[in-house]
Amino acid sequence: MQPQTNPNRAWTRALAHTGFVTGMVIVLILIFCAVASVFWSPYPVAEIDIPNKLASPSAQHWLGTDSLGRDIASLLWVGSQNTLLVGLIALGIGLGVGVPLGLLASAKRGWIEEVIMRASDFTFAFPALLSAILLTAIYGPGLVISITAIGIFNIPVFARVTRGAANAIWTRDYTLAAMAAGKSKWTITWNHVLPNMASVLIVQASVQFAIAILAEAALSYLGLGTQAPQPSWGRMLNEAQSQMFQAPWLAVYPGMAIAIAVLGLNLLGDGLRDLMDPRLARLR
Amino acid sequence: MTHTPLLSVQNLRVSLETAQGQIEALRGLSFDMQRGEKIGLIGESGCGKSLTALAIMGLLPMRSNATGSVTLNGEQLIGLRDEEMCRIRGARMGMIFQEPMTALNPLQTIWQQIAEPLQLHQGMSHSATQLRALELLERVQLSRAKERLMAYPHQLSGGQRQRVMIAMALACQPDILIADEPTTALDVTVQKEVLNLISQLVAEDGMGLLLISHDLGLMRDQVDRVMVMYGGAVVEDAPTQALFHQRRHPYTQGLFAARPQLGLKRGTRLTTIPGQVPDLLNWPTYCAFADRCTHVEAACRETLPPLIQTSPPTGLADSNQAGAEHWVRCLKWQSLESKP
Repeated sequence: MQPQTNPNRAWTRALAHTGFVTGMVIVLILIFCAVASVFWSPYPVAEIDIPNKLASPSAQHWLGTDSLGRDIASLLWVGSQNTLLVGLIALGIGLGVGVPLGLLASAKRGWIEEVIMRASDFTFAFPALLSAILLTAIYGPGLVISITAIGIFNIPVFARVTRGAANAIWTRDYTLAAMAAGKSKWTITWNHVLPNMASVLIVQASVQFAIAILAEAALSYLGLGTQAPQPSWGRMLNEAQSQMFQAPWLAVYPGMAIAIAVLGLNLLGDGLRDLMDPRLARLR
Repeated sequence: MTHTPLLSVQNLRVSLETAQGQIEALRGLSFDMQRGEKIGLIGESGCGKSLTALAIMGLLPMRSNATGSVTLNGEQLIGLRDEEMCRIRGARMGMIFQEPMTALNPLQTIWQQIAEPLQLHQGMSHSATQLRALELLERVQLSRAKERLMAYPHQLSGGQRQRVMIAMALACQPDILIADEPTTALDVTVQKEVLNLISQLVAEDGMGLLLISHDLGLMRDQVDRVMVMYGGAVVEDAPTQALFHQRRHPYTQGLFAARPQLGLKRGTRLTTIPGQVPDLLNWPTYCAFADRCTHVEAACRETLPPLIQTSPPTGLADSNQAGAEHWVRCLKWQSLESKP
């Protein structure tokens, strides 16, 4: 059932899209760092080297060392694992639960829609950080808890976006035509509604991925997320704060890393939306 | 009637819930359709034409309620469970929509869209659908059908898309085709082609056709019988020839008088029907057209007139055959004989 577009042409079009290429490169670098750092890193990230603490960038330590003499480049390198993991799992929870709920609400309407949407309003009323703090207060701080909290926060976001976009598609004539052809609501949801709202979901997913990275950084910065010695960009920012006047560069590197990862995801999301829609493709 | 009609609609009523309260949008519609019969449904916007089509298909919007009876080959459709309706829709009843521009999924190829009902209702294998889809596209006379199989809707023109819609509706060889203003969104030149195609296909398969339109001129050549609707009820029901020969309801007469015609002098205003359709929330209990009618009498405001069978029109040969009755919902029809 795959659309019969010429793969060469699609590829050319993708490469001509600057935003998509930039975003793709950044995200690929992030993925590469995360995967490669599992097997190798320049310095062991847990190795403390007090004599060399707060070293300036040099040939041995490209980005210098922190207050415990750990290599900054290695910390960033290994920290990317954490970033990617949090983003993916939080997004998976949000998409996996939120999208089906939104589609169900939109297909069934009536009281089912009311219940789902009011429940998601209720969840949405708590800011992600607040619910994360709540959860850590109960279960103690840690990576799993912070990922879960961010994921739960994503559920109502996706449920709402999905229901809104799906409701708009259910008013289109092609869903009515599909009903007239005898397809069930579930077949139509799968064949017509979901593909036609894919672009909305992809953009939302890239935004939520970025928000998840920021939220993890914020939680780790508050000491509620990733725990030492597991490196995390957010925790690096936290530790850098105390050395703000002796070694300001310590805050710059993780901050830059977070900003670039978020930028790359947003560019990728926008680019994918442009490229995946055959209607937009025609305009180019 | 000794045999069961293909489609029988009896006292169909549809009420809709609105913010202002319950309104009745269809007020007791009844008609029978025989196999191979072509019926036209005509009336202004909001008179319930499309709602009739949706009610028959069981596709009424949420917060609406249908009562009465709709039977297809004797099987009652009103009150059927949704899964059972899904079996009938598409397989035994096909529908063509007004807007070919939006009635096709922009993300699927033409082939995929035609193949879906075939896989669903006939359990056809994926590869078999390709042959069948090609056959259907050739049948609806889509040029370069083979290349068009893999095309997306945006690569086709309005007329071509409408042909694809027809192919989709006919894919499973339904008993009834419902066409809801199938040509309104098309060019005048394409309209005729598409209608002729529908007529031809319906005749070939012996289907029943319910053609909904507000264009009297298009009806003339396409259907056997015309039902004129006003305010959710049929006000006149007559064989096409008889109706074009002699109109008996003042509303139908108004509709015909309001047609734009070639050869009118520049600056001539088109005739209009004075007044407005009554408010659905305060629907009169008497003749719904009384307040706009120029022939209104005190009796018109007393009761709702029933559909009355009129005497055969003068000078029409085939007026005695079955199904040729001319019905009108007007007490005064005898004093309103229109000139042909």
